[in-house]
Amino acid sequence: MPDTTPATDTQVDSTGPATGEGASARRLLEVDDVTLRFGGVVALNEVSFHINEGEILGLIGPNGAGKTTCFNVMTGVYQPTSGGVRFQGEPLGRRKKHEITRLGIARTFQNIRLFGTMTALENVLVGADAHHTTGVGSAVLRLPKHRREEKEGYERARELLKFMGLSKRANELARNLSYGDQRRLEIARALATDPTLLCLDEPAAGFNPAEKARLMELIRTIRDQGYTVLLIEHDMRLVMGVTDRIVVLKSARKFAEALPAEIRDNPAVIAAYLGVDENAS
Amino acid sequence: MSAVTDFFHGFRGRVAGLPKPVRIVLLVVAALLVYLLPILNPPFITTTDSDFASVLFSCSVYALVALGLNVVIGYAGLLDLGYVGFFAIGAYAVGVFGSAHGTLPWLLCVPLAIIFAMVSGILLGAPTLRVRGDYLAIVTLGFGEIIRLVLLNSAWLGAAAGISNVPSPTGPALFSIPHLDWSGGAPVVDLSTTTTVLEFGVRDATPFYWLALTVVIIVIFIDRLMQNSRVGRAWEATREDEDAAELMGVPTFRFKLLAFAIGACIGGLSGSLFAARQGFLNPDNFTILYSVLFVAMVVVGGQGNRWGVISAAFLLTWLPEKFRFLSEERYLLFGLALMALAIFRPQGLLPPRRAVRAIESEEEIEALEEGTAHA
Repeated sequence: MPDTTPATDTQVDSTGPATGEGASARRLLEVDDVTLRFGGVVALNEVSFHINEGEILGLIGPNGAGKTTCFNVMTGVYQPTSGGVRFQGEPLGRRKKHEITRLGIARTFQNIRLFGTMTALENVLVGADAHHTTGVGSAVLRLPKHRREEKEGYERARELLKFMGLSKRANELARNLSYGDQRRLEIARALATDPTLLCLDEPAAGFNPAEKARLMELIRTIRDQGYTVLLIEHDMRLVMGVTDRIVVLKSARKFAEALPAEIRDNPAVIAAYLGVDENAS
Repeated sequence: MSAVTDFFHGFRGRVAGLPKPVRIVLLVVAALLVYLLPILNPPFITTTDSDFASVLFSCSVYALVALGLNVVIGYAGLLDLGYVGFFAIGAYAVGVFGSAHGTLPWLLCVPLAIIFAMVSGILLGAPTLRVRGDYLAIVTLGFGEIIRLVLLNSAWLGAAAGISNVPSPTGPALFSIPHLDWSGGAPVVDLSTTTTVLEFGVRDATPFYWLALTVVIIVIFIDRLMQNSRVGRAWEATREDEDAAELMGVPTFRFKLLAFAIGACIGGLSGSLFAARQGFLNPDNFTILYSVLFVAMVVVGGQGNRWGVISAAFLLTWLPEKFRFLSEERYLLFGLALMALAIFRPQGLLPPRRAVRAIESEEEIEALEEGTAHA
């Protein structure tokens, strides 16, 4: 596979050093020069980008470009070989996955990973428990702390299920839910951890156009409630319609970073994304 | 088979529909009947070839074991094939501090048994719970054998001869109750067979049974409170998908270690009960076969359902005693029954039913809301 020509890279960058809603916006998360190697395979190659507070950032690129790997580095699943991730100005370092979640980064999964034998409500409760500290002692003695946290957790879980339109499914097992409901439940569970940054990994995969439209609406609503959203998505219409800014990855490198309109008008990006140009050139 | 489950769940649903005072009265009556089993000697249930009270005592001890192992396997999803190790540690703690190297009464040995079992659980779990699935099973299998070999080879622990004169609990001899005799077809009060209330003697196992049953009931309550809380949810999430749980903020390693430690505590506790009745201990009481039997109880009963594993513990202890006359063949039949179960009902006799729990959780949140309204 031929490497990205540096010429294209600079060209795209120069057409529009994307600033989103202006340079004054606070940077919530910064990916600094992250390289990740698995033996000889380079999964991410000096990737840098940032997410501003309150924006919806799209992360796109052909299959295998490193989008999900990028998520995994941000959420502590992988440690970068070099470079690092800063969240709210603080380096994530070697923090454990559950610690990063408590810091405020939540995610969904490309291939749905719910707790199948638990009910929808319980799935969301697990997320809400992220900030709870009830241990065996207070659970067995039903101490006020347990009662307070349970009440708070149940309330939050019900609220989120209602928000996602899943109230009627609350007591159904997660594995018995329809595909769309499972995707929505994943978002509810992630939101329950009370994140600042919500990372959605292909939330529209397998959705029909009507469902996609509703999802777009939902993502906007989530942003309007004060969350920052990072979205991996293949559906270009959805990405163009909902994101404020787009980062394009290709072959483990950052290929471009621009406003949706600029991406749409840039044949190099379209070509890279669709992967048509490679054989021709 | 599913008719059995439906019957139990239907029964459960009907009981749950009754008003609370009625439910409590029903439960108390049921518990009383269970307590009085060795006195009533009901036909069919009573084992004719071996002492019924002793069999019931074993059933209770193994029910406790199954409850403990259910936390590890059923809730947290960690396959522990060396659970007999904790059982042995609990039993030997009573032997060592009550007889071999001390004269502590049984009641003071019990907390020691629990602590020793828990500490060994944490020591075993801390390094090994980082590995998954098959590896954990192998390491725990080794642990069970190591404990037995240490007991067998340590002179300080009595080596092959073991420890004798293990203390029993002490209780005042208050009054005697005659047993019922059904041998004539109708119940007759048998004045020659009596139980002296709270006298823990060699002759009569009934008070031991009562003690073990009481412990089982307490542990059932604790188990229930743990399961319906953040702790129970964290275990289940970890069992279902460890990575996803971790990414939802569950410190999975800590919760796995917790499950291991609690399982070990209950294992140690049941070992101390076993030692109290047995009176003497030797390494042969703690072979790997017991670990397998314990796992069978949890799997047969339905992993994750406390009533399922208790029923299985009862069945797997009671059946071989009931059909003792089949002597040699009974383990063959036992094996066939297990195979049949594995083929036709791999989820166990009474798998956990989630709908029931969901309803309970709703009631619970209502109760919590009422509680705050009062405050």
